[in-house]
Amino acid sequence: MRIVVSGETCTGCETCIASCPFSAIVIKEGKALITEYCQLCRACLGVCPEGAIREVHEAGETAPEAHKDDYSGIWIFAEQRGGKVASVAYELLGAGRRLADERRAQLTAILFGASESEARELVRWGADRVFLSVSPVFERFNDEPCADLLSLLIREHRPEIVLTGATAVGRSFFPRVAAGLRTGLTADCTALDIDADSGNLLQIRPAFGGNIMATILCPNSRPQMATVRPRVMKRGDYDESRSGEIVHVEAEGLSSRTKVLDTVQEVSEVTVNLQEADIIVSGGRGLGDAKGFRLLEELAEVLGGAVGASRAAVDEGWIPYRHQVGQTGKTVCPKIYFACGISGAVQHLVGMQSSDIIIAINKNPDAPIFNVAKFGIVGDVYEIVPLLIKKIKEAKS
Amino acid sequence: MKIESFDCGGIQSVKIVVCMKQVPDTAEVRINPETNTLIRDGVTSIINPYDMHALEAALQIKEKAAGAVTVVTMGPPQAEMILREALATGADEAVLLTDRGFAGSDTWATSYTLSRAIGKLGADIVICGKQAIDGDTAQVGPEIAEFLDIPHVSYVRKIEDIRPGAIRVQRLMDEGYDIVESSLPVLLTVVRELNQPRLPSLKGKMAAKKAVITRWTSSDVDADPGKIGLQGSPTQVKNIFAPQAKKDRKMLEGNAEQQTDALVRELRGLKCV
Repeated sequence: MRIVVSGETCTGCETCIASCPFSAIVIKEGKALITEYCQLCRACLGVCPEGAIREVHEAGETAPEAHKDDYSGIWIFAEQRGGKVASVAYELLGAGRRLADERRAQLTAILFGASESEARELVRWGADRVFLSVSPVFERFNDEPCADLLSLLIREHRPEIVLTGATAVGRSFFPRVAAGLRTGLTADCTALDIDADSGNLLQIRPAFGGNIMATILCPNSRPQMATVRPRVMKRGDYDESRSGEIVHVEAEGLSSRTKVLDTVQEVSEVTVNLQEADIIVSGGRGLGDAKGFRLLEELAEVLGGAVGASRAAVDEGWIPYRHQVGQTGKTVCPKIYFACGISGAVQHLVGMQSSDIIIAINKNPDAPIFNVAKFGIVGDVYEIVPLLIKKIKEAKS
Repeated sequence: MKIESFDCGGIQSVKIVVCMKQVPDTAEVRINPETNTLIRDGVTSIINPYDMHALEAALQIKEKAAGAVTVVTMGPPQAEMILREALATGADEAVLLTDRGFAGSDTWATSYTLSRAIGKLGADIVICGKQAIDGDTAQVGPEIAEFLDIPHVSYVRKIEDIRPGAIRVQRLMDEGYDIVESSLPVLLTVVRELNQPRLPSLKGKMAAKKAVITRWTSSDVDADPGKIGLQGSPTQVKNIFAPQAKKDRKMLEGNAEQQTDALVRELRGLKCV
């Protein structure tokens, strides 16, 4: 398919230019021209008052269509580490429960390489059913056996939605599953919803380096697959008395061409502090140099918090990467998040906007960080923060 | 320059394919909040930074074990620019996959198309950047491996050694790293800490200007027309938007004294002071 402008009917009125989300329409020699930036999103179709924009189909084009009605049920892949279910799995159960109730469908958790007691825990957190493999093949993570067994189960049971955490494990093996099943996979979603009209899964994720949010659909293929960012979805209700079915699945005949020889734990203290801190004080490009972080460390210390940073500050070399909060850094959700001299690119926002309270300090009153802030101070970090430290110390003594 | 000290005992010659992508410099991409459209004015195109580390890894393997490095990209004709840069940096050959039919490809269709080209070239090791900075999906590498039916190792942060038929690497995980052995052929996706990419030499730049770049269309790689481009893509972008503002925001007004007084009052209310 292509989108074309008929040069004869186009009057060069420029109406279509604003309709294009990718700025792919330009006026050249008085006529609209679709440039190579066109993503074929169809947003411009129908906006031309002269009807000069249309889509052209080449011969032999056919849309792939799955028998969508044959697919039902919501699945979440529950990642385990050393036999313990990872916390993102409980978050997925919270999100999955909501989707399953909306679709009036069953919620199934997939657990490879953990015990039956861990599977029971998944039921208490909202699963109706758990497919469990206790095979030692899954003791350490290898992509192929995970992908092969999950694909086999999907082919057999045909769920309509399959989710996993956007972790090192989920982001590595889910693409193999989607490729093999000839279906779509949306990475790193920060919100999931059901489209009321079509029943399709609305998959919301940051795009373009995290400057913009995008809603992605997988309209014709099944299952709809997504990886979901950890620490974004809320856990559901824990119910000790909840009952569910545990189904043991065979893992025979699985092979792996990779082999994990050793696993080395290497968790930096800073990362742990960041993800567990109740208060985080973060700095960005607006600090101007590395000295600003000395000031923020002082504020963090009086508050008993940890220090974070935006990508811009890390790229400048003012603070090590392990402090980075955002799409390409850590996701955090403290009770209070101070954003000092951080403009608030989506790249950063997706890593911290589920914080309970965001306090923004920035010189620029138009900085997008103020859009997510509960409290905003337009001012100079170097003036505000020292005063704040002094007053907090006074209030404490 | 830091050179990786991995062993390549007994390896005669390795065929390496590096996948690259031309991306907008996303630090410059902004959205117009009124029209919800991308502002592209003045946004420059660059080689996806992770792919430079993939190329560096390939060049280091080639220097140790002998062999050839081919770079591949899929994109519009002007993506040729990044291939010339890769040639200037030391790649031996370059293939540009370009065809109107490729437009609108999602990760599924992109990895299908790239896998057709890599299959035609043949490779012992395929190296990709961990992800591209415009999409950040990290899906194309593992999907290519699935299409080629070869194993893959994601987030490689160190290559420990390469022997005939096998490779041992360190894979970065969420809480540390794994030491992983894989059979060859294999696909690796690499993270930035793997190496320090070299810069193109002046001589390399001169030679790259005149180098012939192979151009393949969908029929050259025998791609199924139903599996490429928009038509072959299971996912669609429904819409894009700027994040919404919070409703209950409170701006603390006045001078710095008044602002900080107000904030301390709020913090006290939250019982954190």
